[in-house]
Amino acid sequence: MDRIPILKMGDALLITIQVDMHDRLALALEEDLTAKIAATRAKGVLIDISSLEIVDSFIGRMLDNIAAVSRMLDADTVVVGMRPAVAITLVELGLSLTGVKTALNVERGMLLIQKRLRGLGDFSGRRS
Amino acid sequence: MAATADWNGVIARRRDEIIQGWLNFLRAEGALQTGRIKDAELQSECGRVLALVAPDLAHAGDRSPASDELSQTLSALSRSRALQGFTPSETANFVLGLKPALFGAVAAEYAGQGDLIAAATLDATRKLDRLALITIEAYQRSREEVIIRQQREISELSTPVVKLWDGILALPLIGTLDSERTQVVMENLLQSIVDTSAEIAIIDITGVPTVDTLVAQHLLKTVAAARLMGADCVVSGIRPQIAQTMVHLGVELNVVSKASLADALALALQRIGKRVTDVPQALAAPDYSR
Repeated sequence: MDRIPILKMGDALLITIQVDMHDRLALALEEDLTAKIAATRAKGVLIDISSLEIVDSFIGRMLDNIAAVSRMLDADTVVVGMRPAVAITLVELGLSLTGVKTALNVERGMLLIQKRLRGLGDFSGRRS
Repeated sequence: MAATADWNGVIARRRDEIIQGWLNFLRAEGALQTGRIKDAELQSECGRVLALVAPDLAHAGDRSPASDELSQTLSALSRSRALQGFTPSETANFVLGLKPALFGAVAAEYAGQGDLIAAATLDATRKLDRLALITIEAYQRSREEVIIRQQREISELSTPVVKLWDGILALPLIGTLDSERTQVVMENLLQSIVDTSAEIAIIDITGVPTVDTLVAQHLLKTVAAARLMGADCVVSGIRPQIAQTMVHLGVELNVVSKASLADALALALQRIGKRVTDVPQALAAPDYSR
């Protein structure tokens, strides 16, 4: 079974979803990501869904779950590049992903994560 | 079998008399008073309709070969009546006004033959009533066409998305928000957010007459969808009465809201790190008006 690659960029993890998500792929991603956050002590997770055309309630809930799990491991999740049609579908499904930060594109998402990392500097003992 | 009235003959012989009676009735009812239609016009319409009514009345069954043409003519007449602003009763009266004149003619033609007159009158009443119904239906239909056209025009007028500054969009909403319009508004807004890579959208509801729970829900949906695209929303222009009603109804908009569009713009500029300042007098642009 193919898996979605998770790239490490400094203190953040970058996930680009470029295939249609099916349920098992989503579950595998959640597991891989959790392990990776724990292993790399990442502080931010950036999920790019700009090529995702179809979402259902399961994928929507999975995004929420990933955000919740990441928060528990002290990493912020930013979902970027959502298409208008996808946004409307999610809202109509009643999933407004309140626990997830959002940004228009990867660049802005990275800025969001970096802003948080700067704020965290004092606590994690690292200064940027 | 009882003899039946020869409608074709009666109408041919007493055409002028019938039309005169009909016109007198219409004049008495005040068809000309509003000045929407001229006497000569009314007269020619009467003549045209009477020529079509005659074969229809003469025909024994319900539908004569002339029926289709007759109902088309009457439909066209009442459509133009509806557009000219006549009331439904005035429109129906046009056909019903033929009755007294026609009955007068039949009574004069078959004087002394009571049974024949009664039968002819009954038959004519039935047929003319059906024609009156046709005119009313056509009238109603054309009024509905007007309403549908206006609805379409209103929805076309709706909701432009305006770019106020780099990264700031404004969405001035005018009119009531129903689910169909919310859908259009949402799609427009989200597409504009992608196109202009906006960070902040100001939803101005100065032109929304009432905000009830349903409208509030639609607003919140739009805000939620914009947030999923990575844009923040500010709601502005909630009028005092509306704010009061919303609080009384227990409607809560859990979004940043500002009283006026100006305040919302100031906030938006602040968020994207811009500031508006006064220009020192010496550096101000020269006054070209002199």
